[in-house]
Amino acid sequence: MSEVEFIEVLSNEEIDLIEEAASHVPDRPSAAIEALQIVQEKRGWISDQSIGAIARLLGMSAAELDSIATFYNLIFRQPVGRHVVMVCDSVSCYVMGCDNLRVAVEDSIGVKPGETTADDRFTLLPIVCLGACDRAPAMMIDDQLFGPVKADDLPGILEQFE
Amino acid sequence: MSVELKPLTGRIDDVGGLVSLEAYREAGGYEAARRALTEMTPGEVQEIVKEANLRGRGGAGFPTGVKWSFVPDVEGRKYLVCNGDEMEPGTFKDRYLLEYDPHLLVEGMLIASYAIGADQAYVFLRGEYHEPYRQLDAAIRAAREAGLLGDGIFGTSYALSLDIHRSGGRYICGEETALLNALEGKRANPRTKPPFPPASGAWGRPTIVNNIETLCNVPGILSHGAEWYQDLGIGEDSGTKLYGVSGRVNNPGLWELPIGTTIREIIEVHAGGMMEGYRLRGILPGGASTDFLVEEHLDLPMDYGSIQAAGSRMGTGTMILMDDSVCPVGISLNLQHFFAQESCGFCTPCREGLPWLEQVLADIEAGRGEPGDLELLDKNAAFIGAPGNTFCLHATGAIEPLQSALKYFREDFEEHLATGRCKYRDVMPVQESAG
Repeated sequence: MSEVEFIEVLSNEEIDLIEEAASHVPDRPSAAIEALQIVQEKRGWISDQSIGAIARLLGMSAAELDSIATFYNLIFRQPVGRHVVMVCDSVSCYVMGCDNLRVAVEDSIGVKPGETTADDRFTLLPIVCLGACDRAPAMMIDDQLFGPVKADDLPGILEQFE
Repeated sequence: MSVELKPLTGRIDDVGGLVSLEAYREAGGYEAARRALTEMTPGEVQEIVKEANLRGRGGAGFPTGVKWSFVPDVEGRKYLVCNGDEMEPGTFKDRYLLEYDPHLLVEGMLIASYAIGADQAYVFLRGEYHEPYRQLDAAIRAAREAGLLGDGIFGTSYALSLDIHRSGGRYICGEETALLNALEGKRANPRTKPPFPPASGAWGRPTIVNNIETLCNVPGILSHGAEWYQDLGIGEDSGTKLYGVSGRVNNPGLWELPIGTTIREIIEVHAGGMMEGYRLRGILPGGASTDFLVEEHLDLPMDYGSIQAAGSRMGTGTMILMDDSVCPVGISLNLQHFFAQESCGFCTPCREGLPWLEQVLADIEAGRGEPGDLELLDKNAAFIGAPGNTFCLHATGAIEPLQSALKYFREDFEEHLATGRCKYRDVMPVQESAG
């Protein structure tokens, strides 16, 4: 692909937001994580094409950007469902029964951690401590935090996310 | 006035929720910053913080004013970076400050930036902290509009730009040099030290990294003085501390108390004691990477020196309680799974050793343990965690709860080996191994 095609993968809005982020750091590659977040916010995940386009825009190699993208667990290099369900599996939630909660979530939506429902509604992921240990066991769906969550609460919580 | 007894959270109590810019200023907010910028030299600000004996609240406890004084007097850009990664399992204190009183952090950062001569500051905020981000972002915008950030603050020639970096995840970002790499848009591998960040930090420039709670202590010290701050603490240490309790207690939560309050008071008075039918067996005093303490330690003051003398660390001051329904092998497996997963993979003992420890624990928990496993864990934990074998202290932190569990709960490990089963299993399901 030519240089022009790489850049054309990104929308003008995405490019503007990335340029804005790059203006807050001393050099363009330093905005790599912000750029990945901006594109993921719009598209749900980071495709190989997006990696190439962002790398071009920031003046770095695609391989280098991919090494960064794959390091961070909140950057998704595979498609995810419309909603990402994260069940905390760290120590406070373990004490308060997060394994039972995770099993209840698996049963409710019918997938295991790392999988996406057939209708693309939910992706289930494990997550480390959400910093809501006084509300253990805790879980997060997209940008909303829930806790303490009992198995009985799940239907009411999940139905808020179509 | 509650702010004089509880400088971190008193305002939140008075307002009964989120402290707006108006409410913050009405309670005297930003006056400490005004005094610092208009009446004091940066050196004088450093001096009062040093005299107050404010120590880092992120876990390490390094004297903040001393750290600031390491910034060399050189021309060019310097940075203040606030460590808002708060990923230590069991820790939920900085979240509270951001969600309810974000201007306290903005003012603390303004004063700290002035004290070290930084004209650019960043808050490194963990990615999952959406509500804290919304509140902090709104506070920074409001402060900018009010002329409290930007050029010519309080009519002086001092200018400060404050931006938020939202993390892409990973526990290792809380390690200050890994955090700086992440801030620079790189993989969060820790850097070799020296050089330490005050000499060469973000983008190779002098940089101070301070925790959120640490910086939130600064405005109060400037307002009320070093002596007032020293008197807030009960023992050797100065100030108040945000203490938290999670686990099977009646009232899990967070309280601002004089630093040096005993573990017993925090658990029994503030957290309401253990839930009926459960007995306390172990305490991780300051997050997942601190050594277990047990019942005999209940009357220790929660301060840096006392907890260290008992073989653990105060860490973040937010304790996790293990009750008698929790399997010590299971909780150790949970902890090692976390540390193995969160190793950045840079150093071999940590990358290879922690998953190996996890696997041995998984075998013991699943009834597949072999004679000699505990001695193997003892020996290899000591090697993996020895400072100097790895760039940073991730592996060192990882083995602290393991070594102390092997010490205090050894009979549970031995029983697993002897019987090939876990007697807790009917109440606590086994954590599946990552394999």
